[in-house]
Amino acid sequence: MATTTASAGGRLPLLDGVRRQTDYWAVVYRRTWRGTVVTSFLAPLLYVLAMGVLLGGFIDGDPTVLEGATSYFDFVVPGLIAAHAMQTAVGETTYPVMAMVKWQRIYDSMLATPLGCRDLVAAHLSFVLFRLATTCGVYTLVLAPFGVYGSWWGPFAAFACQLLVGMAFAVWVYGFSARLDSEEGFGLLFRLGVFPLFLFSGAFFPVSNLGTVGAWVARVTPLWHGVNLSRMFALDHVTWWIAGVNVAVLVVLTLSGWVWAVTGLEKRLVT
Amino acid sequence: MISARGLRKSFGAPGAEFEAVKGIDVEVQRGEAFGFLGPNGAGKSSTMRMIAAVSPISGGELRILGMDPAVDGPAIRGRLGVCPQEDTLDTDLNVRDNLYIYGRYFGLPKAEVNARVDELLDFVQLTDKADSKVESLSGGMKRRLTIARSLVNRPDVLLLDEPTTGLDPQARHVLWDRLFRLKQSGVTLVITTHYMDEAEQLCDRLVVMDRGVIVAEGSPLELIRQHSTREVAELRFGVAEQGETHDALAEKVEDLGDRVEVLPDRLLVYSDDGDGVIAHVHERGLQPVATLVRRSTLEDVFLRLTGRTLVD
Repeated sequence: MATTTASAGGRLPLLDGVRRQTDYWAVVYRRTWRGTVVTSFLAPLLYVLAMGVLLGGFIDGDPTVLEGATSYFDFVVPGLIAAHAMQTAVGETTYPVMAMVKWQRIYDSMLATPLGCRDLVAAHLSFVLFRLATTCGVYTLVLAPFGVYGSWWGPFAAFACQLLVGMAFAVWVYGFSARLDSEEGFGLLFRLGVFPLFLFSGAFFPVSNLGTVGAWVARVTPLWHGVNLSRMFALDHVTWWIAGVNVAVLVVLTLSGWVWAVTGLEKRLVT
Repeated sequence: MISARGLRKSFGAPGAEFEAVKGIDVEVQRGEAFGFLGPNGAGKSSTMRMIAAVSPISGGELRILGMDPAVDGPAIRGRLGVCPQEDTLDTDLNVRDNLYIYGRYFGLPKAEVNARVDELLDFVQLTDKADSKVESLSGGMKRRLTIARSLVNRPDVLLLDEPTTGLDPQARHVLWDRLFRLKQSGVTLVITTHYMDEAEQLCDRLVVMDRGVIVAEGSPLELIRQHSTREVAELRFGVAEQGETHDALAEKVEDLGDRVEVLPDRLLVYSDDGDGVIAHVHERGLQPVATLVRRSTLEDVFLRLTGRTLVD
C-alpha cells in the first residue's frame, strides 16, 4: 500500500506533489529536447544575427534614442530574450496543456492518484520554468562575449526578470488553455496576442517611437515590463523606481495568474 | 469499504441542472466483487468518479475506506486503483515507463516501484512487451496495461469502469481471468458494466442502475430468481411470412409463460419450461423461423425492471 500524508483540506504538500511528477517531466524532456534545440536556441540566435547584426548595422548607436544602448545590437538583444521568454512560455502552455487535458488525457490519469489539480499545475509550470531557465540561460551565455552587458551582475538580474515575465505569461496562458474547448482558440491567441506583443512591446524599437498614446499602450502590456527590465539590467542603465513598478506588475500578474490557472484546471477536470 | 447514503450528482448551472445520480444507497464489503449494471447514461460512471474521490458529490453522504473524499481525497486515492473506461496511457512512453511513472505519483520509492513494475508486467503477461511503445499494443494489451497501472500502489479497492468494452471475446476472457485472480487474492473489486455476462462472471453482488437510480440489488442468481423465470424461449418470426405484427403474435402466446416481452426482432416467453413453450407454440400452428431455449440472464432482469434492453 502506498503511503500518503495528506495536508488539511485534502491536498498534498505542494512540493511533495511536484516532486512526485519530476520523473514524468524528465521523461517528457528526454523525449522532446531535440525538438526544442531548434525553437529555443537556434531560432533566437538567427534573430540576433538578422536584427542585431545585419539590420543593426544600418542604425546609429545613439544612447539618447536607444534607452542607454550604444549600439542597436546592445539595444535589441536583451529585449529579444525577454520576448523569447514569452514565446517559450506560451509554447509550453498551449498545445501541451490541451494534450494533457483533452487529447491524451494524461491529467485524468494523474488525478486518479493522490495528486490534485494544484499539484499538476505546479509541476507543469515548474517544467516551464526549467525550459525558460535553460533557454534564456543559454541565450545570455552565448551573448556574453559580445560586450552587451554593462555590469557583471546585470545579466543575472536580467535573467531573473526574463524568467519572471515568462512565468507571468505561462500562468495566464495555462489558465486560458485549461478552459479552452478546441485548439482553434490558440490561433486567435497567437495572432491577436503573442504576435502583436512581440512586435510592439519595445523589443525592437523604443516604445517612445509609437507616439504618446501608443507608447502608453505599449507600457501597459505585460511584455514591455519584462523587456524594459531585461534591457535596463543588461545595459546597467537602471531607473530604480521604474524597475520596481515593472517587477511589481509582473509579480502581481504571476500570482493572480496562478489562481486563474488552478481554478481553470479544476473547473475543467473536477466535475 | 464503500458506503453511500442518498448519493447524488448533478451537472450544469443551477436551474438548468442535469441530475445523473438521483440518491443511491450502496454498501461494498471488503473482498467482494461489486457491480453497477446498467445501460449507457444510467449514472454508473458518475458514481464511479465520486467513489474514486475525483468528482465532488452533489448531495448525500459518501465514505470510502472510512474517510470523507471531500477531506481526505489524496489519502483515499492513495489506496484506490482506478481503471478508467477509456485508456489514459501515455502513448509516447514505453510500457515499463507508463507503470514506473505512475507508481511515482503515489510517492513510492524508485526501487520499490521498479520491483513492483516487474511483478505487474508478469501478472498481466506483458513482460516481453516491457520496452515496446504503448502505441504498438493491441486493445487487449492496452487494457491489461491499464489494469497493471491501477495496481501499482497495491490498492485495497480496484475500480473498473467498463473494463472490457471494445475488446474481442478472447481478450475479454484473458482479462476476466486476471480480475478473477485479483479477487481471489483479496482485492475488493467495483465494476461498472453494461454487459450482463461480465456482471455474471465477475460480480458477487450488484445493483442494477437505470436513469440515476438503483432499481434492484442482489447477487446475479438472486436477481434472476426474483425478477425472471428459470428459462426463456426466444421466438424469431419472419415478419413478411407471418403478416402479423409482433404484438399480435405475442397475444397468441401470452398464456404460455409467466410473461412475454416484445423486442424489435423477436418475442421472449418467460417460463420455467422453455421446451414446453416451444412445443405449444408449434401446436398452435405458429411457425417461428428460429427458436432458442436458454436460461434467464441479467439482461432479462433488466428488461423486466426497466422495459428496455441494456445495449440500445
